[in-house]
Amino acid sequence: MDAPAPVAARPPADNAILRRRRGELWLGAVVLLALAALPLPIHDAYTQNLLIITILFAGLSQAWNILGGYCGQISLGHALYFGIGAYVSTLLFVQAGVPPTLGMFAAGLVAGLCALLVGWPCFRLSGHYYAIATVVVGEIGYLLFLNWDLVGAATGVFVPFKGESLVNLQFRTSKLPFHFVALAFAAATWAVAWVIEGSRWGFSWRAMRDDVVAARSLAVRVFPSKMAAAAISGFFTGVGGAIYAQYVGYIDPDSVLAGHLSILIALPAVLGGVGTLWGPLLGAAVLIPVSELSRSYLGGGGQGVDLMIYGGLIVAVSLARPAGLVSLLGARRAPQA
Amino acid sequence: MTLALLAQSLVSGLLMGLIYALVAAGLSLIFGLMDVVNFAHGELLMLAMYAAVVIFGVAGLDPVLQLPLICALMFGGGVLIYRGIIARALSVQFNRGMVQIFATFGLAIFIRGAAQFAFGGDFRSLSGTWLSNKTVSLAGIYVPLPQLAASAVCLLAFTGLLLVNRTEFGRALEATREDRDAVALIGIDRDRIFAIGWGLGAATVGVAGAMLIAFYYVSPSVGANFAVIAYVTVALGGFGSILGALVAGIVIGEVEALTALVLEPSLKQVGMFAVYLLVLMVRPRGLFGKL
Repeated sequence: MDAPAPVAARPPADNAILRRRRGELWLGAVVLLALAALPLPIHDAYTQNLLIITILFAGLSQAWNILGGYCGQISLGHALYFGIGAYVSTLLFVQAGVPPTLGMFAAGLVAGLCALLVGWPCFRLSGHYYAIATVVVGEIGYLLFLNWDLVGAATGVFVPFKGESLVNLQFRTSKLPFHFVALAFAAATWAVAWVIEGSRWGFSWRAMRDDVVAARSLAVRVFPSKMAAAAISGFFTGVGGAIYAQYVGYIDPDSVLAGHLSILIALPAVLGGVGTLWGPLLGAAVLIPVSELSRSYLGGGGQGVDLMIYGGLIVAVSLARPAGLVSLLGARRAPQA
Repeated sequence: MTLALLAQSLVSGLLMGLIYALVAAGLSLIFGLMDVVNFAHGELLMLAMYAAVVIFGVAGLDPVLQLPLICALMFGGGVLIYRGIIARALSVQFNRGMVQIFATFGLAIFIRGAAQFAFGGDFRSLSGTWLSNKTVSLAGIYVPLPQLAASAVCLLAFTGLLLVNRTEFGRALEATREDRDAVALIGIDRDRIFAIGWGLGAATVGVAGAMLIAFYYVSPSVGANFAVIAYVTVALGGFGSILGALVAGIVIGEVEALTALVLEPSLKQVGMFAVYLLVLMVRPRGLFGKL
């Protein structure tokens, strides 16, 4: 009997994938450097704030993308993980003096656990049933926090300023440090998405997203895969919530748990290019400035023009570019399973 | 808790439940027909309520008499949304599920902005209509007349929707729902059926809006209050089932009233959401949903 053939040279297709992935990594490093240098010449607080929020939402949306894009589970309840992250780190800081640099990992863990808890019943549902169940779970979280006196109920929680400190993520003299914190967060989510894209998990998630039955026949374990994606996605969304809480210094259910936040988190990935590495960043770079600038210049007095522009943009992009803005750049989509 | 209080709660739960059911019916109809969840449904309700306010202000026509007019307007609006946005979203090859969710969501934001632009952000309500501030007493239970009238109209609308199923058009609707590709072979214009389906769905929510304005304020963001409840109602009843929407609406209304009675009013929605999640764990396709 012949010995099994030794593992031959990998087929050329594999090399192309590896080459592309190495290219993505280099591109990632270049973009990271560019984004790190970007705020240095900028001195007005408005633009600095815009950059920080954009980068933070790029990271949050990348976290959503891990579950919504790569795994194909359209969650419309990510505000829950964001809000829980914000509350956990803030309460740990306020009540127990735990520095947010540690607290944000606790925030991520609790949010990730929460995502598992939500996933356990909700992943039995598919398609629209799943999406609506996540809306409802988010809504329940919002209402519970609104009525929960122990966490400040509707009044929310103020983060006391304990002096300029990196450990406490408190900076009052300059916004610049927050830019780097947000950037580090976004880069971490990007790196995780990059690793997932090339891993066995990434391939089986995408296979599952595109055809559940076929994937199952190839021994993809559907339920555990969804749970894993939810936990990772929830973890990073919670960390993002913790950073956001330290940045704004005050949280209440309306600012960190309201339902529209779930959409704000999902939109950059969907419009930028769902299930792609660059979609969330690209989507956030377009959406957040459009929303913020139109609100500052046209939204005065509750005129509503800013909402019309924002809503119109969402409709136009989603109809004209169903594969997302990345398709404009000619970037190849993540390999289809 | 006295028996009278319980009876009072049950009755108001039933009346509110019927309104929820009517708001949800249009959503369910559209979903059953073409697998599209309209995330701008609450905004259609808001538009109908503003339409009633404007027509009342301009022509002094009572909202009850406006029903046919508002239905016609909303029907037109529904057809327009289908032709302008949904038909395009359905023709997309890639990522169709997400495109339709976020396209209708963008539409919702747009409509909200337009309403704010046209009417400002203030809350408005109608007073001096035939129904406003009148109460009927039935065996010691007080029933506000606007709610009572709304429930009656709601039952009529449901009867109408169920009767539509018996007409030629209704059979075409049912056939399109069963197999949207096969109907083209027997000469049914699918695109036209879809457009009429959207018109009907919007007209139904128009009826709900016109009846609601007699006892509920309107503001550009009022849709959000009803939208989540409508999604819950539709999912609980089973997507696409009109009867399911009716039953689920009543269940939701009753659970809400009882939660407000037993726990506290600020938690009333938590009760209905929890019931919905529990039912879905046992029966993922909802009470009357087809597999």
